[in-house]
Amino acid sequence: KKVKPDEAPVQEMGQAEGEETEKKSVSGPCFPPTFSVSEIKNKQRRHAMFLKLKEEKRKAPPKEVPKTIENQRIYDETTVNPEDEEVAFDEGTDEFSAYFSRLTNPKVLITTSDRPRGRTVRFCEQLATVIPHAHVYYRRGLALKRVIPQCVSRGFTYVMVINEDRKVPNGLVLCHLPDGPTAHFKVSNVRLRKEMKRRGKDPTEHVPEVILNNFTTRLGHSIGRLFAALFPHDPQFVGRQVATFHNQRDFIFFRFHRYIFKNEKKVGIQELGPRFTLKLRSLQKGTFDSKFGEYEWVHKRHEMDSSRRKFHL
Amino acid sequence: MQHDDVIWDLIGNDSFCSYKVKTKTQRFCRNEYNLTGLCNRSSCPLANSQYATVREEKGRCYLYMKVVERAAFPARMWEKVKLDRNYAKALEQIDENLMYWPQFIRHKCKQRLTKIAQYLIRIRKLTLKRQRKLVPLSRKVERREKRREEKALIAAQLENAIEKELLDRLKQGTYGDIYNFPIHAFNKAMEKQEEETESEEAEDEEEPVTREFVADDEFEESDLSDFEDMNNLKGSSDEEEDAEEESREEEESEEELEEEKTKAQSKGKAPLKGPIRKKRAYVEIEYEQETEPAQKSKAT
Repeated sequence: KKVKPDEAPVQEMGQAEGEETEKKSVSGPCFPPTFSVSEIKNKQRRHAMFLKLKEEKRKAPPKEVPKTIENQRIYDETTVNPEDEEVAFDEGTDEFSAYFSRLTNPKVLITTSDRPRGRTVRFCEQLATVIPHAHVYYRRGLALKRVIPQCVSRGFTYVMVINEDRKVPNGLVLCHLPDGPTAHFKVSNVRLRKEMKRRGKDPTEHVPEVILNNFTTRLGHSIGRLFAALFPHDPQFVGRQVATFHNQRDFIFFRFHRYIFKNEKKVGIQELGPRFTLKLRSLQKGTFDSKFGEYEWVHKRHEMDSSRRKFHL
Repeated sequence: MQHDDVIWDLIGNDSFCSYKVKTKTQRFCRNEYNLTGLCNRSSCPLANSQYATVREEKGRCYLYMKVVERAAFPARMWEKVKLDRNYAKALEQIDENLMYWPQFIRHKCKQRLTKIAQYLIRIRKLTLKRQRKLVPLSRKVERREKRREEKALIAAQLENAIEKELLDRLKQGTYGDIYNFPIHAFNKAMEKQEEETESEEAEDEEEPVTREFVADDEFEESDLSDFEDMNNLKGSSDEEEDAEEESREEEESEEELEEEKTKAQSKGKAPLKGPIRKKRAYVEIEYEQETEPAQKSKAT
């Protein structure tokens, strides 16, 4: 009788070990669903199972991925797939194809609404330093519809009109010239150069690089191309300047930086130049014509602003 | 009978008149027929039984006249005369209609006509130019947009995004040979190749474990060594099947070598066991080496 109890636990410990090794190779033995540790009659095995359960509880739970607005964004059907042929074909034949096949060089005309105040004027001047081949003209009460044919005849590719309200720029109309699309943006948070903290010296005449982030849908793609065509094709890397248009939740943030590579893993950036944010209000096919133009996209507040997870750009 | 003075007494200075608008320094009259717009004894249309005004309707000027004789007929009290569009002719018309009227009223009528003509010209000029359309902003919406913009800015993490994009461009090589960091790119390429080979070998590891039957610890082949014929028998059978077995053995040895390698590279999962050799009969021989004890130095 004494032998038996000695043997039994030894055997069952062996079995327990065997089961444990089995568990390592197979994904755990299958217990019936209504099973609790206290039902195991064998003390040693019960103790072992209990210790294991306790250890599993003490282990930290796996880190969960937090929900963000970007994670929860409602999927937009017009999101562009990079290999989409239809999109590629459209982009090969739209108004910007001339620019992207390097037939034209950008030439930008910057102007304001009537009677601009000091802040707007300075903003225009700074924009002209940021965008190469840009010219600022004072608007002497001219009608845009008459300005545009004149610009076309003088070889301009873009007209940029900065609208002003109460001494502060608040709107931007960007019109691509040889009957290209016209985009109307709301401008906010304009910071001029002297208001920037820790800024670098004034930007040089080198052609900057362009970064376009997060333009995913078809609409976003066309707006992205609109911005890209503002700058000449071949950036001069010597200048180490980069202009960024970053889209986040339908707000487009513009920044202008100078960068330097400290080593292969680290880059330092220094902000120069003005910064502002844009929000697209409407995109119209053809040049500026507010009455009879054909609108591709108009921001309708009641339809589009109802959901916090739905974005269009 | 019209008693203008009495009327003026009742409504004039310091009295109540419903058309009167009083400010600290001045009194205004809101009556539409008032010539000057001020509340005076001579400008009050109620307190003057003979009165004239010039008013403008839809771009045309009219001369209104009021005389004592029609004071009893309120419906017909004001005589309306259409004035010419031409400014000079209209002045002559006023002169003609108000021929023997008091100088004050004549003068003021002409002045009023001048003013009206000027502002009509201005209206016509402005309508030809571009109109400024005022779009009302909803304060609630503006506040909401501002808040969303702030949150979007925080979520955007612009500096990080820009830095990441620039580093990606550097790695892809859009900058060409401007920056002297090609060593790192070379290393990265080497690492990628190593990773690929490791992944291939890792796939080899997943081959099913071949089963081998191993003797017990206490078991010695010396028990079997009596049957030397067994080995001879095996050898004879081997000679027949040499070709096949050699190839098989080669394959096995290669597999064993590969398994060795993978086992060596897998980070110490299982203790390395050499290829299993057949236990042959052997005799253990012990050697003893006698070392002379160190001589004790005797102090002499």
